[in-house]
Amino acid sequence: MEARGATAATGGPGRLDPARPLVAARPRYGEKVIQGLLAACAVISVITTTAIVISLLSPTIDFFGEVSLRDFFSFDEWAPTQADPSFGVFRIVIGTLSTSLWALLFAVPIGLLAAIYLSEYAHPTVRKVTKPVLEVLAGIPTVALGLFAVTFLSPEIQDVVPSLVKSPPFFALAAGLGIGLLLVPIIASISDDAMRAVPGALREGAYGLGATKLKVATRVVFPAAISGIVASVVLALSRAVGETMIVLLAAGGTPNATFDPGASVLTMTAFIGKTATGDIATGTITYDTIFAVGALLFVMTLGMNAIAIRLVRRFREVYE
Amino acid sequence: MSPHLPGMTERTRLATAGAQAAVAESLRAQPRGDKARGTLFFALLLLAVGIALLGLAAVIVQSAIKGAPQFGLSLITEGPSTIFPEQAGFRPAIIGTLYLIGGVILFVVPIGVGAAVYLEEYANRERWWNRLIELNIQNLAAVPSIIYGILGLAFIVRGPLDLGFIALAGALTLSLLVLPTVIIAAREAIRAVPPSIREGSLALGATQWQTIRRQVLPASIPGIATGVILALSRAIGEAAPLLLVGAATFVTFDPQPLSGGYSAMPVQIFNYALRPQDEFKVVAAAGVVLMLIVLLAMNSFAIWLRNRYEQQW
Repeated sequence: MEARGATAATGGPGRLDPARPLVAARPRYGEKVIQGLLAACAVISVITTTAIVISLLSPTIDFFGEVSLRDFFSFDEWAPTQADPSFGVFRIVIGTLSTSLWALLFAVPIGLLAAIYLSEYAHPTVRKVTKPVLEVLAGIPTVALGLFAVTFLSPEIQDVVPSLVKSPPFFALAAGLGIGLLLVPIIASISDDAMRAVPGALREGAYGLGATKLKVATRVVFPAAISGIVASVVLALSRAVGETMIVLLAAGGTPNATFDPGASVLTMTAFIGKTATGDIATGTITYDTIFAVGALLFVMTLGMNAIAIRLVRRFREVYE
Repeated sequence: MSPHLPGMTERTRLATAGAQAAVAESLRAQPRGDKARGTLFFALLLLAVGIALLGLAAVIVQSAIKGAPQFGLSLITEGPSTIFPEQAGFRPAIIGTLYLIGGVILFVVPIGVGAAVYLEEYANRERWWNRLIELNIQNLAAVPSIIYGILGLAFIVRGPLDLGFIALAGALTLSLLVLPTVIIAAREAIRAVPPSIREGSLALGATQWQTIRRQVLPASIPGIATGVILALSRAIGEAAPLLLVGAATFVTFDPQPLSGGYSAMPVQIFNYALRPQDEFKVVAAAGVVLMLIVLLAMNSFAIWLRNRYEQQW
C-alpha cells in the first residue's frame, strides 16, 4: 500500500487513471449478501403486519358469512357461546370504553400534572431521579396491577363508597384505576418530552412580560406542547383499550352496556382472553367470533395510533 | 428611600416620592392572589407526582405484605397445587419462562439489531418501501398484545407453522411482540453515533459492513443493550398473548421447549389470582414479588446503563 501511494504521488506509472472510477476493483458480493440479510430482518416486521391482517381477516369473513353486520353492530345481548347465540358487540365495546374512561379520568390529570412538574418546576437533580423511577415502575407487569386491583383497590373502594359498587368484588372502577396506574408513567413521560421540546425563548419572553411561573407553565408551555400532550393521551387510550390482564382479573366480565363505575363489565380483550384459553375447535362460530372481535380491536387501536403518530410528527416540526 | 438633593423643593420631593411609590407598587404588582395561586398549583403538582409514585410503590408494597406468608424456597422448588395452597409454587412456570426468554433472545437480538442496522445504515429514505417499513414498525409497536396472541394462535400454533401449543410457539409470539421495541431502541442507539466516525472509517478504506461491524455497532452497544433488556423485561411480564398460545394449561411437570404443555410466570400468577380462595391470592402475590424483583432489577440496570454510557460525541 505504501509503495502504491508513493508511485501515485510521484506521478509514476501507477498514476490514477482518470477513466477508471473510484470504485472497488472487484465486486464485493459479501457486502451485498449482508445488506440483503439485514433488509430481510427489516422485512420481517412487514410480514408480521401482513400475517396479523391475514390471520384476522379470513375467520372474520367466515364470521360475517353467518352473522349479519346489523346483528354484530348492535346493542343486542352478547352471548356468542350459547346455544342460541347473540352478537351485540356494542355491549363489550362500551364495556371497553367504560374501563378506559375511568382509567383516563385518573391517569390524565395525574400524568399531566406530573409532566408539568418534571418539565417546568423540578430541580434537575429531582428530575434525574424521578423520571427513571417512573420508567422503572412502568415496567410493573399488568398481572401484578390486576392482582393489586382485586386485592387492594376493590376492597378499598367498597369501604369508602359502598353505595357505588353494584357487583362486588369485580367492577369497572377497580379495573379502571388499575389501568390508570399503568397509564400514568406513559402520559407523564411523553408529555414531559413534549413540554421540554418547547424552546426556552418562549418562556423567557413570557417572564419578560411579567408572567408568573404558573402562567408560563399553563398558558405558554402547555399550549405550545399541546399536540404532543394530546398524542400521549391518545396513546394511553389505545393502551387502555388493548389492556387485557387487569380487566380479566378485576372488571367482572358481565356484558353490560354501561359506563357505571360500580357495574361489572366485559371488555373486548377480556372476551378474547377468556374464550381463547381453552382449546377451541377451528371453524366453529365461537372461534370466528374471537377473530371478529380481534379485528375490531385492531382497527380501533390502529386508528388511534395513526392519530397519535400524526400529532407527534406535527409537534416535532413546529420548532425545528 | 427618597433622595434629598440640594435645591430640591418640598414639592418636587413629594412628587418624586409619589412617583417612586407608584413604580414600586406596579413592579411588585404580582397581586397577592397570584402568589397564592402559584403556591396552590405547585402543591397540586407535588400531589400528582406523589400519587403517581406512591400508587406504583403501593403495588410493590402490597404484594410483598400479602405474599409474605408464602415466601420460602418452596416457591421456586414446588409445582402448582389445586388443593394445598401452602405447598403451591412456581417451578414449572419459572422453567417455562426461562425457555420463553431464551427463545426471545435468540430470535429478537439478531433480527431486531439487523433490521435497525438496515434502516439506519443502508435504507434510502426516498424509497417508498423503506418508508413503509418505518411506518409499519411504528404501528406494530402500538398493536395490543392480545392481537399478537391471535396471530400466534392462527399462524404459529396452527396455520402455516403448525407448531402446536409448545414453548417455542410462545417464544416466537413474544418475539414478534417485542421486536418493534428492540428495533426502535437499536435505531436510536445507532443514530447517536456521529457520521464523522463512519466517514473516518470509510476514508481509511473500510467497506460499509466493516465500518458498521468495527465502529458503529461497538459504539452503540450500551444503547442497544438497554433496549434489549427493557424488551425482555416486557416479554417476561406479558401474559395476555400467552393465554392464546397454550401457556394457560395446568402444568405440574417441568416443561420441555419443543414438546408438551408449558406454563409461564405471569400466566401462573393469573391462574392463582383467579381462584376464589384467598390463600391462592397469597400465592399469586408471592409470585408477583418474585417476578417484580427480577423485572425491577433488569429495568434499573437497563436505565442505569443508558444513563452511564449516554455519551456526547
